[in-house]
Order: sequence, then structure tokens, then C-alpha cells
Amino acid sequence: MQYLVSVIHDKLDLATPAEMAAIDAFNDRLQTEGYWVFAGGLASPNAATVIDGRGEEALFTDGPFVETKEYLAGFWIMEAPDLDVALKLAADGSKACNRRVEVRPFLVV
Amino acid sequence: MVASLTRRFGDLDIAEEAAAEAFATALQRWPADGVPPSPGAWLTTTANRKAIDRLRRENKRDDKHKEARILYDDDPPESLGAIEDDRLRLIFTCCHPALTMEARVALTLRMVGGLTVPQIARAFLVQEYTMGKRITRAKAKIKAARIPYRVPSAQDLPARVSGVLAVLFLVFNEGYLATGPDTDPVRHELTAEAIRLTRLVRAFLPEDGEVAGLLALMLLIEARRTVRVSASGELVTLDEQDRGAWDAALIAEGHRLVRERLAAGVVPGRYEILAAINAVHTSGRDARDTDWSQVVALYDQLASLDPSPIIALNRAVAVAEIHGPEVALAIVDRLEEKLAGYHAYHATRADMLRRLGRSQESCAAYDHAIELAGNTAETAHLTRRRGQLLRLGNAASGAPEADAGGSTTSTHREKLI
Repeated sequence: MQYLVSVIHDKLDLATPAEMAAIDAFNDRLQTEGYWVFAGGLASPNAATVIDGRGEEALFTDGPFVETKEYLAGFWIMEAPDLDVALKLAADGSKACNRRVEVRPFLVV
Repeated sequence: MVASLTRRFGDLDIAEEAAAEAFATALQRWPADGVPPSPGAWLTTTANRKAIDRLRRENKRDDKHKEARILYDDDPPESLGAIEDDRLRLIFTCCHPALTMEARVALTLRMVGGLTVPQIARAFLVQEYTMGKRITRAKAKIKAARIPYRVPSAQDLPARVSGVLAVLFLVFNEGYLATGPDTDPVRHELTAEAIRLTRLVRAFLPEDGEVAGLLALMLLIEARRTVRVSASGELVTLDEQDRGAWDAALIAEGHRLVRERLAAGVVPGRYEILAAINAVHTSGRDARDTDWSQVVALYDQLASLDPSPIIALNRAVAVAEIHGPEVALAIVDRLEEKLAGYHAYHATRADMLRRLGRSQESCAAYDHAIELAGNTAETAHLTRRRGQLLRLGNAASGAPEADAGGSTTSTHREKLI
């Protein structure tokens, strides 16, 4: 079962060197223990472009699709046997990056 | 049965519906074919078949996997211990911290306690529709997020227990003062179930003060169960109960647990305090021996932990015994905004107004209480009290009734939270 762990942030500052080091250590642990699928930090929402390609010609709009105080600063995708394991990993991830996170399961089809 | 089906099929919906279908089939067949020699086993087998049928019909991607598990599940017939383990697992799943507190309580009552959605809705003063949705949403989250079906590890257990205790107490309360016009006023199966499950949790966590406190509380209330409702189906208040008919063994066990917690010298939690209050109520040979100042002191301690208006209401009942109904009524009246929809608020007011000789206001408050009360024995009791008031009013044109020392509300304090 895969879970998306979204990092929630409300300022435009990047991770500090200490936070980066903690995130690296956490990522190493995810890989060693077999929970790692993918992870990444995202550039600020100011760098986002919204595209609507449903019409004849694609429409490009500058900025994120919705203006909110809080935004997605990064994410992990983890492979975990159940929510208990995912919640524990997410708690450690939250500690490592020093930000709140949200756990959301991928849809099982 | 739902618990063991959940373990086997890993899905609350399938387990619940299979159990319901099995009961429906039994209702159809047993009157015509006769009750099978082993009704429990018949129901379990039928429910298993229904669940398998359902899984086949649903044609999910993981059907084959599930079917394989079912076909090769050659566990020996379930022992009582295995069934208890299933229940414990189901409780921890239903009380998972990723669910809202409301959802945990509702789900446990539905899945473990077997209550209907209307009964649960009543117990929490919400609409049936809202409660139904809450349960459906919680079940969907368990499934989608894969909330595990197991007892948490020893390391996580203490943190998960408080939610479980809250749920068990609510199950107990629903048994103790069952709701619904067609329900028995006391549903012993629910109080017994709550006690059994609390003992089960205590076996896991013998050092936990709140687990011991909750068990003591339940035992001290359960001990009075048989004399709480009269032969005519009316509630008998604490002061009017035949104390000799209380279950002495349960009282002794409850008192022993309370003493054990006092001796531990740890700051008590809400259940320990509630248990201590009930220990005071069950200590005297006569209701008149009750140490009300100690009861008020314990409620003060409880209010500092939990500023709930219901605790304030129950405290007021004890205050009335020391400082009189006028002082207590002033406290109660301040709770109107928060408790106007709660029958015990009106019943308490009615009793205090009656004792103050304000018959007309008392009568109106009884009307409100009767309208809101869901328990048949309570309704009968309230109706008789109001009737006495009316007769008295007719005979003496509203002359104050002497306080017989009886307090209508003395039993309402049991239905906390």
C-alpha cells in the first residue's frame, strides 16, 4: 500500500542546513528499511504554472491553481503495510523536516 | 460474530452485512424449519457463506486473493479466547486515532456494541442522518487508508487506551439507561459487554489507573442494576433503592479497585474520580448517610479536569443536598444555554423547583424532561412525579410540598458524558 506524505508549509523559506541533514538521514532510513518509493522538495508556488489542455489550444496561467496560505512544500511516497506504519513514518518525517505533514493513501483500484 | 468475520474477511462492511443477512435468513427459516441444534454455529456458517457470496458478486481485483484466504483458512473452531482477541482487535480498529473521536465512539457502538444508528444518534443528541454518514465515512476511511485490524504494540498501547475507555463507558451508559421507546430500560447485554471488554483491557494494562477506575465505576453502577427499575418498569432513584439487594460482590470489587487507586498515590483521572464518587454513594447503609461534602469535593476535582456542563449539573445535585435547592437551582439555571436539549437538565430543574414549592414551573420542567427522555423507566418515573405534583396542586392549590428527602435526579448523575 502506498501513501503520499505531503509537507505543509506557510512561509517561503527553504529548509535550513540542519533540517536538510535530518531529511537526508530520514530518507536513508526509508531506503534501508524498504519504505522508500520517491520523495522530493518543491520550488515555491510562485514558480507554478497551471495548464488547461482540454480545449483546442492549451491555456497557460501563471501561479498555483488555488491561492492559499498553506501550500505543498514537498512530499514523500512511502510503501507501508498499513496506516499505523505510515503514521509513525510520517511523524518521524514531520520531525525531520520540521513541518506539518498530511498522510493520504493512494487509491487502490 | 462481526468481529470474527472482520478478522476473516478484513472488511467491516462485508462482515456487518453478512451477519445481518445470516440473522435475516434465520428469522425466515427457523420458525418453519425449527431452530437448528447449534444456533450459534449455524449463524456463523451462514454468515461466512453470505460473506463469500458477496465477495464473489463484488468481483474485486483482489477477489482471488481473498477467496484463497477463505478457502485455506483452516483455523480450528474458534475458542473463547480467540473470540475475545477478535473483539479487542475490532475495538482498537474502531478507536483508531486517525478517526475523529465521534467516529470512534459511533463505530464501536455500531460494530462491537451492535447498536442501531438511531440508538447511537440519540445517545449523542445528533440527527440519525448525520450519525449514519459519520459511520459510513469512518468505515470508508478504515478501508481506504488501511487502518490495521490488530491490537497496537505494547509501546503504543497506553496512548491508544484512553479513546477505547471513552467508548466503553458510552457503551455501558447506553446499556444502563437504554434509549428508545421500545427498548428495555436496562440492556444488560450492553453493560455486561462493556464490563467484559474493560476487564479485557485491564488484563492487558493492569497498571493503568484509568482502566481500573473505569472498571470500578462500571461495577459500582452495575451492582445496583437489578433494583434500579421497579417491577412496574419505573426508575427507582438511588435514595429509594433497597440497598440490601445490591450485588455485594460487585460493590466489594469496585471498592477494592478504588482503594487500590487511592493507595497508588497518583493524581486521579476522570474515571477514577467518578469511581470514587460512586464509592461514596455505595458506602452508607442508608442514603441519608451519604457524605455529600465529599461528593461535591470530588465533583470540583472532576470539573477542574473537564469543564463539561453535565458535570456542573451533577455537581449541582450534590450542592442541593448541602446548601439546599435554591442555591443549586441558581447553578443549574446558568447551564440552560448548553443543556436545553438534555432531559436530565430539565429533570433536575423540575426536582429543585418541586422542592422549592414552585409547582407550576416544576410541572413545565417535567414536561420538557418527559419530552426529551428516551428511557422508558425514566419516562415512567418522571410522569409519576409530575402526576403527584398535579394532584398535590389540585388538593392544596399549589402549597409547597414537603421535601421527602428524595431527589429525582440522583440517578441522572450516573449518565455522565
